[in-house]
Amino acid sequence: MGEFILLLFTFVLAIFLGFELISKVPATLHTPLMSGSNAISGITIVGALVAAGATDSPWLSVVLGTAAVAFATINVVGGYLVTDRMLAMFKSRQGGRP
Amino acid sequence: MSALEITASLSYIVASCLFIVGLKMLSSPASARRGNLVSALGMLIAVVATLVAQGMDYHWILVGATLGALAGAFAALRVPMTSMPEFVALFNGFGGIASLLVGWAEYHRSLSLGAEIPFAAALPIYLAILIGGVTFTGSMIAYAKLAERIDGKPTLFSGQQIVNAAILLGVAVCLVAFLAAPAGPYAYWCVGFAIGLSFILGVLATIPIGGADMPVVISLLNSYSGLAACAAGFVINNTVLIVSGALVGASGIILTNIMCKAMNRSLPHVLFSGFGAAAAKTGAVYEGEVNPITPEDAYYMLEAAQSVVFVPGYGMAVAQAQHVVRELGELLEKNGADVKYAIHPVAGRMPGHMNVLLAEANVPYEQLVEMDDINPRLDTVDVAVVIGANDVVNPAAREQEDSPIYGMPIINVDHARTVFVLKRSMRAGFAGVDNPLFFKENTRMLFGDAKQSISALIAEFKTA
Repeated sequence: MGEFILLLFTFVLAIFLGFELISKVPATLHTPLMSGSNAISGITIVGALVAAGATDSPWLSVVLGTAAVAFATINVVGGYLVTDRMLAMFKSRQGGRP
Repeated sequence: MSALEITASLSYIVASCLFIVGLKMLSSPASARRGNLVSALGMLIAVVATLVAQGMDYHWILVGATLGALAGAFAALRVPMTSMPEFVALFNGFGGIASLLVGWAEYHRSLSLGAEIPFAAALPIYLAILIGGVTFTGSMIAYAKLAERIDGKPTLFSGQQIVNAAILLGVAVCLVAFLAAPAGPYAYWCVGFAIGLSFILGVLATIPIGGADMPVVISLLNSYSGLAACAAGFVINNTVLIVSGALVGASGIILTNIMCKAMNRSLPHVLFSGFGAAAAKTGAVYEGEVNPITPEDAYYMLEAAQSVVFVPGYGMAVAQAQHVVRELGELLEKNGADVKYAIHPVAGRMPGHMNVLLAEANVPYEQLVEMDDINPRLDTVDVAVVIGANDVVNPAAREQEDSPIYGMPIINVDHARTVFVLKRSMRAGFAGVDNPLFFKENTRMLFGDAKQSISALIAEFKTA
């Protein structure tokens, strides 16, 4: 139970930190923010790796874990790539304009 | 703890910090792209640390990761910018289903190992499955609506609230039964029911919501996908999942809040009212003369203008007019006018969608202005050009107390000296509300396809 409380504590602090960070993101970047945070939520991949790869996993857990790895990897790879694609388009007046 | 485990835990701290720094760098377009790379580096560290720390069989991981990476990269490199809303909706769903699968897999593993499942593990397992399932099917419906695979109109049926209440009750009953004996004989049934009910709940929660309210729904689902990852983090006792899931959860909540405020509606109203299904009946019908103009007349007025503000809406995305708009903007600048693009928070189908489309068309980000910044300056603007926007510039929101959109903050284009409205025909906006802007004395209607109208204006500038 003690560990659970510590994790809960971490969770609550991270929520507050998230509010502080995200409220500083300008409206013009809200779409990249969403796709980028989508990529971050692909962090579930860490759990998926454990389920798919742990040597003590029964076969059903391996199947579920492998599917989870696939979905989470789509999120991570696709999310970061599309965010990069988008952010590359945001150019300053001095910068990349002909 | 072995040395490897300690290294892994420390790597998770580093990864969390990189996510935080990456998000912080998103506070300016100048540093945002590097911020995204920093965040991606954090993800790489977290993945490598996990793979190295635990004795693993990489066989199936390799299969899943290869498939996922190929599909993800393929989709990310091919998706057109106009389709970003449905793309993000789809990806939210994938995040949700991944968390559900992790919760289920971990539960199955604990059972098969004969391990105790304490309350502190059982609750997050149930929540990961529940939130993940709702996120998954909810996102699939949102995706189908946005991609116009199914009708975007709100779907309401009689007894919907009762059905919803019954499902919520079922979810609660299963939760209690599951927590009472997570390894008991009925526990697996509870998990199975929770999966099924969460899927149904996700569908039922999303079908009553209309196309114009999708920005709110995607933001909310974004938040859920983060919270599902959080729950999965509690399941496997992993802080990096909890921290990053919470960051995403907070992000989605903030965006949801911004969207609701920009529509002057509460979240429950968005989620449950079926707005747009019935709204068309209310609100005054405006009578009066509209002033249509030709591109040639419009050219003369634009040519004389010192300051021009473009106000794009979803119609600009539909007409794929962003590139010609930018071209016209450049011609106007060369002509000595000050050109700005004013963007309402709920213009388009997701937060910030218009900004991405204009950035894609090479509009420098300094020219993209938020509603609150442009409104005080609008009475000094010579021409405001409304392209495919309707409700977000509708003065009824300010003046007409019985209007369904009354109280919604709008871009006050009618305060500009002249307003051009580019519109296919006279027809109400998504909220089904007539727009008195079209009948104002300083409004000129330029009928036709937005892209063609703008191209005609460009041609006028070039021949002049």
